[in-house]
Amino acid sequence: MPPSTSQAVSLWRRLTDWGATGFAILAAILVLVPLLAIFAYLVIKGVGSVNWAFLTQTPKPPGETGGGMANGIVGTGIILAVASVIGVPLGIGSGIYLAEYGRNRFGDVIRFTADVLNGVPSIVVGITVYSLIVIRQKHFSAFSGGVALGIMMIPTVARATEEMLLMVPNVIREAAYGLGIPKWRTTLSITLRTASAGVITGCMLAFARVAGETAPLLFTAFGNQFWNLKLNQPTAALSLQVYTYAISPYDDWHKQAWAGSLILILLIVGAVAAVRITTSRGMMKGS
Amino acid sequence: MRSRFQQGLDDLKEKLLRMGGLAEQAIDRATEAYRTRDSKFCQMVMSGESAINDAEREIDELALDLLAMQQPMAIDLRFILAIVKINADLERVGDQAVNIAQRVLDLISEPEIDLPVDIPRMADGVSTMVQRALEAFLDGKAEVAEAVLQMDGIVDRMKDEAFVVLVQKMHDEPSCTRQALDVLLIARNLERIADHATNIAEDVIFWVRGADVRHGGAHYRE
Amino acid sequence: MGVGIEVRGLNAWYGKNQSLNSIDMSVPANHVTAVIGPSGCGKSTFVRCLNRMHETIPDARAEGSVKVGEMDVYGSGSDPVDVRRRIGMVFQKPNPFPTMSIFDNVAAGLKLNGFRNRKQLNELVERSLKLAALWEEVKDNLHKKSGASLSGGQQQRLCIARALAVEPEVLLMDEPASALDPISTSKIEELIFQLKQHYTVVIVTHNMQQAARVAELTGFFLMGSLIEYDKTEKIFTTPADKRTEDYVTGRFG
Repeated sequence: MPPSTSQAVSLWRRLTDWGATGFAILAAILVLVPLLAIFAYLVIKGVGSVNWAFLTQTPKPPGETGGGMANGIVGTGIILAVASVIGVPLGIGSGIYLAEYGRNRFGDVIRFTADVLNGVPSIVVGITVYSLIVIRQKHFSAFSGGVALGIMMIPTVARATEEMLLMVPNVIREAAYGLGIPKWRTTLSITLRTASAGVITGCMLAFARVAGETAPLLFTAFGNQFWNLKLNQPTAALSLQVYTYAISPYDDWHKQAWAGSLILILLIVGAVAAVRITTSRGMMKGS
Repeated sequence: MRSRFQQGLDDLKEKLLRMGGLAEQAIDRATEAYRTRDSKFCQMVMSGESAINDAEREIDELALDLLAMQQPMAIDLRFILAIVKINADLERVGDQAVNIAQRVLDLISEPEIDLPVDIPRMADGVSTMVQRALEAFLDGKAEVAEAVLQMDGIVDRMKDEAFVVLVQKMHDEPSCTRQALDVLLIARNLERIADHATNIAEDVIFWVRGADVRHGGAHYRE
Repeated sequence: MGVGIEVRGLNAWYGKNQSLNSIDMSVPANHVTAVIGPSGCGKSTFVRCLNRMHETIPDARAEGSVKVGEMDVYGSGSDPVDVRRRIGMVFQKPNPFPTMSIFDNVAAGLKLNGFRNRKQLNELVERSLKLAALWEEVKDNLHKKSGASLSGGQQQRLCIARALAVEPEVLLMDEPASALDPISTSKIEELIFQLKQHYTVVIVTHNMQQAARVAELTGFFLMGSLIEYDKTEKIFTTPADKRTEDYVTGRFG
């Protein structure tokens, strides 16, 4: 190419390069903005109402000021614990099946089912668990709330587990087989362990998603004004209480709803961070 | 990579055959010197020696390079090994031709006497052996090489007969001792050339068949 | 001490394609045997049939008789997992377990098969790393450094140590040095030479000079069949079969 043409081409190239980079940066900023805005708004509206009473007391009857969402905080914790106990093992187990044993028609069916389950509206899950468990037991319970949220966790955990396991190079598995390690042991102790960072991320994603769900809990945990630590009784949950307070006519409750939302977000972020820190300590990073 | 290597092999072959030609030429000139008692042929043999020595050096260098750079295997490896050995034999043939030329120069300075030894005939036989051995190499034909091995016996006999006759002559006519000794030495030189031709033939068989037929036996790798 | 391997009538398939045709081969104990041939000739398949790794690939199967010492690899009561415990394997690309320390890597085969005795584990790991000529370089960082943080040549020696830790009788190596630089390669070759005192080694290689350097016996495979199998010197100086000669002189492959 003659020098003048190549100069023109190279200038055009540089401009489009800057343009594309600029666009990418802009897009990233646009993604962050709503997130930061929400968080900032929550902090502004809610931090004023977060006090010791809020964190340790149960709700006062309507009309009275004061009180807190302590039972909701604990209740959310209980329900999420149940959900994790159900969702994580079943999800990881399905993911293992899909990655290691299910590269066939049946596996495709399972995969499809999981994707569909992922798309089922949370309220439908809630109603289903209501008819399967709550009606049978004739009472609302933290347990049924946990089941509903757990079911919602499964597809996310399963798909994430499958993806991360598939990313483990096959030579690693072969090395284990070559040592005379049986397939199940290889999958658990070697393949899963290699993929663990990604699997945990998947679990955290699922956890964060269900932690804020309100609709399924309407028909299962139902909510509770008082303390309840039993699994087979209606239990308070932060998301439920935020909903109830937000649509109420009381100003005081509105303020508490903001505080509750802020606490909920902080709890989720805290849980994710705690898991990240504790799991990365026990892991060797490759160079 | 094969074609560059093949070119190297072809190059080696051509150089060796050319050197063979120089060696054959040296034998023929020495024989001619004996027949015609003309010292100019002797000069030609002696001045031609440096060309043969240069060729030896060149071939050895090229062979070494090919071995180092191309890591040849099997038949290619045997080929290069054979070339290096034939190279050495041809250089010795050149040396023997020079020795003959020197003996002829000495004979020329002496009065001519009649000796009942047919050197030219022996020289022809030897020259044929060298020629056939080089042909076997050119065509890669082990059978032709084997024929050369057969001819060695004939030349040995001719040498032994010459020895007997010449020793008798020296005993009968002591005045001819100098000339007889020269002719005896020439016969011996010719016999050595025949040995070298035999070596060349054995090397060809080694290259083509992978059999070590030296020292009288056929030895294939276990 | 190593044991010999007797292969009779070994056939192997990938789905419908036959990749090995009735292979007969006797591998002597405590020797290094090389398997050479052009790409796709079946040499890797052959070696992977010896420790039943071939069948881990979906749709792959093998039939025939393989006896490693007293063990009948394809016998009716034979358990593939057990077979693989007794026959070690080192792969082309070094594959240490990425999330494990050097110590855990070497001990993996033992620990994951239920071996618990701490003291014996330490001894076996040290012994294996010494056999693999890696001990001096890593002995201060056994638990701190991960397997994947070593250089390529060190990683491959780690994999060798890992394979040796379970005390196999036979060591199979599938192009063990092909991903390494010349210095590492020569270290590995030196190692293979030492290893044959204790083990029987079968090495697949596409590098003929390597086969010539390390192996006493060499088998030439072509299109799924064993064409020629003899002392290495014979294969590389006076091969009996023209196809062997053509391959070895670089006329194809």
